[in-house]
Amino acid sequence: MNGIPYAREYKVTLCHVCSYVCPEDAHECPRCDSPVHRRKPNSLTRTWAFLIAGLIFYIPANLLPVMYTTMLGSSSENTIMSGVIEFAEGGSWDIAILIFIASVVVPCIKFLVLGLMLVTCQRRSTWAMRERSRLYRFIELIGYWSMLDVLVVALVAALVQFRGLSTIEPRLGILFFGLVVVMTMLAAMTFDPRLIWDAEVEDVR
Amino acid sequence: MSDNTLPPSPPTRPQVKARKVRVSLVWLVPIVAALIGLSMVVHDFLNVGPKVVVSFLTAEGLEAKKTQVKYKNVVIGIVTDIELSDDRTHVLASIDLNQSAVPFTRADTQYWVVRPRIGAHGVTGVDTLLSGAFIGADAGSSEETKKDFTGLETPPAVTFGEKGKRFILHTDDLGSLDIGSPVYFRRIQVGQVVAYELAKDGKGVDVEIFVGAPNDQYVLTDSRFWNASGVDVTLGASGLKVSTQSMASILSGGIAFREPKYSPDAKIADGNAEFKLFEDQATALAPPDGEPKYIRMRFNQSLRGLVVNAPVDFLGVNIGRVVSVDLDYDAATGTFPGIVGAVIYPQRLGAANDKLQQQAGAGDDEEKTSRVLGQFIERGLRAQVRTGNLLTGQLYVAMDFDPKAPKVSYNAKARPLEIPTVPGSFDKLQEQLQAFVDKLGKIPLDDLAKNLNGSLIELQKTMKQVNSDVLPQMRGALQQAQKTLGTANETLSDDSPARQQLGQAMEEVQRTARSVRVLTDFLSRHPESLIRGRSGDAAPGSYKGSSSSREIAPEPAQ
Repeated sequence: MNGIPYAREYKVTLCHVCSYVCPEDAHECPRCDSPVHRRKPNSLTRTWAFLIAGLIFYIPANLLPVMYTTMLGSSSENTIMSGVIEFAEGGSWDIAILIFIASVVVPCIKFLVLGLMLVTCQRRSTWAMRERSRLYRFIELIGYWSMLDVLVVALVAALVQFRGLSTIEPRLGILFFGLVVVMTMLAAMTFDPRLIWDAEVEDVR
Repeated sequence: MSDNTLPPSPPTRPQVKARKVRVSLVWLVPIVAALIGLSMVVHDFLNVGPKVVVSFLTAEGLEAKKTQVKYKNVVIGIVTDIELSDDRTHVLASIDLNQSAVPFTRADTQYWVVRPRIGAHGVTGVDTLLSGAFIGADAGSSEETKKDFTGLETPPAVTFGEKGKRFILHTDDLGSLDIGSPVYFRRIQVGQVVAYELAKDGKGVDVEIFVGAPNDQYVLTDSRFWNASGVDVTLGASGLKVSTQSMASILSGGIAFREPKYSPDAKIADGNAEFKLFEDQATALAPPDGEPKYIRMRFNQSLRGLVVNAPVDFLGVNIGRVVSVDLDYDAATGTFPGIVGAVIYPQRLGAANDKLQQQAGAGDDEEKTSRVLGQFIERGLRAQVRTGNLLTGQLYVAMDFDPKAPKVSYNAKARPLEIPTVPGSFDKLQEQLQAFVDKLGKIPLDDLAKNLNGSLIELQKTMKQVNSDVLPQMRGALQQAQKTLGTANETLSDDSPARQQLGQAMEEVQRTARSVRVLTDFLSRHPESLIRGRSGDAAPGSYKGSSSSREIAPEPAQ
């Protein structure tokens, strides 16, 4: 082994919260009392669980209507995709693309990327580790923005309440969509990116 | 060693809690998610109602996945798909009904598109102006169910379960009636037209009306229905007549019904009873006409003003109407007689008809009528075209007894029955006037004028002679007369001798008269003195001056 030695060679580990270097067998950080682990515990399993839950929620989130609009007596219920199509057909390409990216592309990318991470980590693959780790940072970054849809619906539903003229109400789909976002964020949180690099070393654990 | 070097590990390791179950609790999250998803799928699956397909003529206003199906304004389903039928004559709307809407698959369920409609009896479906059309549904009562329905083009007038009765009306033509046209009873709307169709043989229209409870009890077995559509303007022999039912019926048409004034044993009519729809109130409420009889008349005169439907009068009673006015050509005389066909309703004669029927004796109806008519014609029954209205020149056919009419032969076997005619009264008057004018024309006015002229010249001559000869002589005679009168005047004046002598003479006469009276008095008292002469004491009374002549003393006996 050349270069900088690994922490475990010194039998130390890093506190997740305050980055205090703790002895390897410490269970709590001596400085901030938070639990100390060498890696996030059960990271792969938990990530898998959240990812699968997210995938399951993603189905009703797309099938159920997210928004109910009443405009001068004409009422309609829109799912995410029908809203996108409606905007696209109405000529508002920009808005259609924005919504499409925020509510379809981003969650799908997250599912794919996390799935990829999990599979490669489990197989201890050493393929493109640097790129994978960059991907992970990207996932964490765009994670917040997937809530865009939920925020739009919440805002619009709160603002557009002109009884009789036009009303917008949220529908069940948006709850599932919110759950999808929460699940993917949890999945991204529970995933320990250091696992990517563990494949470098033969004897992890 | 710095501070952050590891402290020596504690001698006793903390108790490590060994998990009995190896499966991480985090798996509960996807399990819960799956359960939620599964429950929704199950819920949806259980809530899936029946699917039906409704065909409409047009998909105007319908939109897949948007258009709702409503019953009493409650959403019971949604249109999932709209496509053309195979033969492209209509559109098929696939509808997903809710689980609760199972009754709407009954075979007699009705579906129709609710669009904004503006009619005479109001505006409906205004809310659909903004919200877009929706499909209205009305569940039937049938036991059977089906999946394919034919949508109505207009909303049904009566919703299912409404209490009331339906009746069928037969009429010649629909007029301005339409589905939803009101039905009036004493000018109160009690029902409406719900359907109409051509009669099976195409010779009329069957109109189905619905009269809601409790007003359906006023429809009796002998109720009369008539068409109260619009404004009925008739310009006939009886003048201008305008009749209407209500403002709404003027615009959209309507039906009115009523029982006749005399209906002894009328019962409440059953549902689906059939009635005749009359043209107007007058004909509807008139007593039934009975069987019509066709008659024909030949008129040798212009029939200008005689129109179809002109009345036929018998002694002033309207017994029928003209049905045809045609021309015929008579080769023998080279004239064009007018052939007038008419129907008469003998029953309109009332009691007279019954008596005539008894009198006519045996035989079938046609024969009886023919026989009765034959008798009438023998007694002078003639048809005549008369002017009913001088203003409009409308004519009508009048049948009257004319004893002076020339005899005609009557063919009892002819069909239709032929009734002889006489020229109309107006024509007669015209003829007489013509004859009078002709006579006037024959007077030799020229000769008369010449004679008169000669006489006048003669008169002028005479007058000249009178002026020149007679007048001067006349003047002389008058002067002479004046002289004579002057002389007479002088003679009779007060101081003339003649006048004085006359006065004396008159006095003498007076005296004489007195003496005569004395004499007569004496004589009446002493009539014997005429023979014996006057006795001594028998002096005239007047000389004694005692009594009047009337106091006659009794004669002393001597």
